[in-house]
Amino acid sequence: MSDTMTRPATGGGKATRPMIEVKDAHKSFGAIEVLKGIDLSVERGQIVAIIGPSGSGKSTLLRSINHLESLDRGEIWLDGVQVNAPLTGKAFERHINAVRQRMGMVFQHFNLFPHLTVMENVTLAPRLLQGLSGEAVRARAEKLLDKVGLADKAEAYPSRLSGGQKQRVAIARALAMEPKVMLFDEATSALDPELVDEVNLVMKQLAQEHMTMLIVTHEMRFAGEVADRVLFMDGGVVVEEGPPDRIFTAPKAERTRAFLRKYLRD
Amino acid sequence: MDLDLMIKVTPFFVEAAWVTVQISVLSLVLGLAMGALGAWARLGRSRPLRVLGGAYVSLFRGTPCLIQLFVLYFGGPQVGINLDPFTAGVIGLGVNIGAYMTESIRGAILAVERGQTEAARSLGLSRGQAMRRIVLPQAARLMIRPLGVNSVALIKGSALVSTISVVELTYTAQRFIGSTYKPFEMFAIAAVLYMAIIYGAIRCVQWLDARHAID
Ligand SMILES: Nc1ncnc2c1ncn2[C@@H]1O[C@H](COP(=O)(O)OP(=O)(O)OP(=O)(O)O)[C@@H](O)[C@H]1O
Ligand SMILES: [Mg+2]
Repeated sequence: MSDTMTRPATGGGKATRPMIEVKDAHKSFGAIEVLKGIDLSVERGQIVAIIGPSGSGKSTLLRSINHLESLDRGEIWLDGVQVNAPLTGKAFERHINAVRQRMGMVFQHFNLFPHLTVMENVTLAPRLLQGLSGEAVRARAEKLLDKVGLADKAEAYPSRLSGGQKQRVAIARALAMEPKVMLFDEATSALDPELVDEVNLVMKQLAQEHMTMLIVTHEMRFAGEVADRVLFMDGGVVVEEGPPDRIFTAPKAERTRAFLRKYLRD
Repeated sequence: MDLDLMIKVTPFFVEAAWVTVQISVLSLVLGLAMGALGAWARLGRSRPLRVLGGAYVSLFRGTPCLIQLFVLYFGGPQVGINLDPFTAGVIGLGVNIGAYMTESIRGAILAVERGQTEAARSLGLSRGQAMRRIVLPQAARLMIRPLGVNSVALIKGSALVSTISVVELTYTAQRFIGSTYKPFEMFAIAAVLYMAIIYGAIRCVQWLDARHAID
């Protein structure tokens, strides 16, 4: 077992606790209930892929985990700390800012900061939030940019990068905070097909390093390759979950079968 | 056209143009401050402040600037506000243009993609940090042009303060018409000088716009 997997939990949680735990998550937008009681747990070092048709609530679930959406009911836990803690006002603000520093999020549309260079994109948060010296942060950023293969783009502005390069910078930016988990919301859906692999490669590398990851994806092949567990969502509920082999070859639910038939055909 | 007369009175007009520049710059500064405050109120989390900001915009955009100046300058003394014409002019114009600035600044901030704030917040930045480091620098670029348009409108609108006897360009033109009976010449000089001031303002805006052009 790797060091990452045996390291005792920090943040007050027991070592046996899941890294991410979602309990009975409910969320409505107006009259439409988008999450209808989701339970989910991701162990330390585990990689879980979430698949499901458009509008099934995958993004909403992921966004709820780092509180970009707030649940109507239910609990979200990160390594023994309740993300949607019952606090209010300034106390909750402080709490959520601290919790978010422990979770990296990668968006479909990259959301790089266009007025900052690649280097500044990566160093901004650690410089502001971790009180490190400029040199230490720079060194960390250089290492990360090297890891995602963009060391030579440090001084470029995002507008000069391809989509694949942008997404790799976005991953480096999230990693710069040294998060405990990484959340990916369709990281490659907005990319031209020939740029998908370079991003997938970076994610696979993270998987080898036992980063805990929750990945929303439409790419069944990629999910099969990296995920320890696949979770199929439809209509705001988890229809079924299990190891990728079983989900892809012997799905139990008719809904899963129908979905996979449609996807695996392409 | 009486060219000799025009040349003779031009120095007085230039002096008056300087007053127009002063009143415009001062009310622009006040307007920007009011605009920043107004946008902050309108976009904030406090409902009373949002309502107040909205009321400010509706009131000052929904009534003639001339009436606002009259209320302040002629009505002010009734409630114990005694201002000299210049100060009343600066405050009247500044608070008025501030309502337009509020909407320009607010619009620019709202035009920055939501994903920018979300990315910043997901890294752990506070609301304030996300606003200062991510949203405002991008909004600032989007503000330059609308604020430039407002500034030009402000310079033209500054002619209104002639009605509360501020000795600026328009007032000076009218005064010379009284003694020379040459309205065409006098208003022509004033118009040329207004054009010069506005040209200067537009160049400033273009310079700012180029300097902050998105890479
Ligand atoms: N902010 C919002 N306001 C109102 N409705 C929303 C909002 N966000 C999502 N929804 C709705 O919630 C439902 C679930 O959306 P969600 O984005 O979570 O789906 P998804 O599974 O991620 O879909 P996709 O595969 O297309 O990304 C959709 O019907 C969507 O229209
Ligand atoms: Mg989605």
